[in-house]
Amino acid sequence: MSGDSKTAEDGSFRESSLADLINKERHGTGRAIYLPFRNRDIALKAGLGLLLSLAMAFIALPVLALFLRSPLPSIAEALHDPVVLDALRLSLMTSGITTLIVVIMGTPIAYVSARFSYPGKELADSLIDLPVIMPPAVAGIALLMAFGRMGLAGHYLSSFGISIAFTTLAVILAQVFVSSPFYIRQARTSFEDVDIAMENAARTLGASRARTFFYVILPIAMNGLLSGAIMAFARSLGEFGATIMFAGNFQGRTQTMPLAIYTAMQGDLDVALCISIILVAFSFAVIVLVKVLTRRVYKRC
Amino acid sequence: MIKKYVFIALIAAMALASSVGLGEEPEELTVFTAASLTGAFGEIGQLYENETGMSVAFNFDGSQALRTQIENGAYADLFASANKRHMNALRDGGLINNSSMVVFTKNRISLIIPRDNPAKISNLSDLARPGLKIVMGTKDVPVGDYALQIIDKLGNDSAYGPDYKAAVLANVISQETNVNYVVTKVALGEADVGFAYVSDITEDMAEKVDKIDIPDGFNVIAEYPIAVMQESEHPAQSQDFVNLVTSDRGKAILERYGFSPA
Repeated sequence: MSGDSKTAEDGSFRESSLADLINKERHGTGRAIYLPFRNRDIALKAGLGLLLSLAMAFIALPVLALFLRSPLPSIAEALHDPVVLDALRLSLMTSGITTLIVVIMGTPIAYVSARFSYPGKELADSLIDLPVIMPPAVAGIALLMAFGRMGLAGHYLSSFGISIAFTTLAVILAQVFVSSPFYIRQARTSFEDVDIAMENAARTLGASRARTFFYVILPIAMNGLLSGAIMAFARSLGEFGATIMFAGNFQGRTQTMPLAIYTAMQGDLDVALCISIILVAFSFAVIVLVKVLTRRVYKRC
Repeated sequence: MIKKYVFIALIAAMALASSVGLGEEPEELTVFTAASLTGAFGEIGQLYENETGMSVAFNFDGSQALRTQIENGAYADLFASANKRHMNALRDGGLINNSSMVVFTKNRISLIIPRDNPAKISNLSDLARPGLKIVMGTKDVPVGDYALQIIDKLGNDSAYGPDYKAAVLANVISQETNVNYVVTKVALGEADVGFAYVSDITEDMAEKVDKIDIPDGFNVIAEYPIAVMQESEHPAQSQDFVNLVTSDRGKAILERYGFSPA
């Protein structure tokens, strides 16, 4: 019974990592089902084709509409708007710092989680995954109750003159909170995929634990870690709910790109469209990058 | 095998969950209302429901957000704005019934501070003190627009000096998209002071926040227009609602919340 639930859980971790989702066709059976050329199958194929086209149109149409709503020159002009520039600068900076923090703190956690067992591991793993399921607005209010000036921990911090809420630091904390599971889950899977025989071989040949980790395990898991870091960066870049509740909305300090879209929607639509287009282009680049990186992983195996 | 049944049960549960609330839609009046009217219109709506039997659904948000929603096709029977700018934009777009538009009440801006006043603010010049945490609205939400006008007026006054405006704006920690968020941040003690309306210090709020009056010479008078939408499916009932708002009873409720007569 306990063995059953264990595999079920492992399965759910694997399936829900985005790199796996993107490369789903490479897992499992992997081959398309062969459909013989018969009338009934033509109808089936036509039906499936229609379903696929509808699904594609449903996603492509809104993206296309972003580009067609305003003439491109007026959107390019919005690119010089201080609101856009400030948001772009702030978003890149905070998401970059967030990704660094998540990678530095998350890598050891993911490795320990993949290789070792310790009391309370189930609880720790569940807690780490919690922000993925938790609605961002809940994360925002929870962070405010913890680190706000009157908050549980913020109360003590403010007596030392440290205030976090409504600063750029709060933007980063909110991003770390929501995006860390995206990296840790992917990193955990990548470490689990490293053949334990490699690790053992290095150790029996006299390499220290640290040397084994940096020269054997890390290089093998690297592509997976990279795609996890890119996912965490992308999630940080898109973070909205927790940020607006915990960090507020102030141009240049806490107004990241999604917040700028929300605010500009009520004033200058071209500005909102301009930022949206930048983010769409970025999202597309992320998917392509993750796809390329994880493809190499599977080839190597 | 068990997983398969769990999956089927999940899908069935989703189907059940999604059917909740799919009953026939009752006739109701949809009123898009500036966030500062939340308390007063809540009461007026209750009064209207009791007398007409028709229910009222409110959408309380910043007037600029409501205007954007209406411009992008949101259905409303009535729109009550916290300034004329957003109402005029809808009028220019041909979206409101022009003859129904009326300014029904007025409001003033006030500084609000947490009850225990952590930053020891006593007057308007304190706003320029470095390190103070101020919250106000964005430039598009009426309460933010009014606050900027007031800061401008203060900055132009020799008593406050030429650096006053920049110093105050440097202390702003957040620009909120409706006035209720400004009040909440101050009530939570997360900000030292906020620019809100006199009408925001309601009986409930008076336990948590205090106000500092802004003298008439620097203050602005906020004018609130209401109008029936061109596309309203209930124009007669909507006009009844406007009549209730402008009646003596409606005025009494508004004045109890700190609004002044139009």
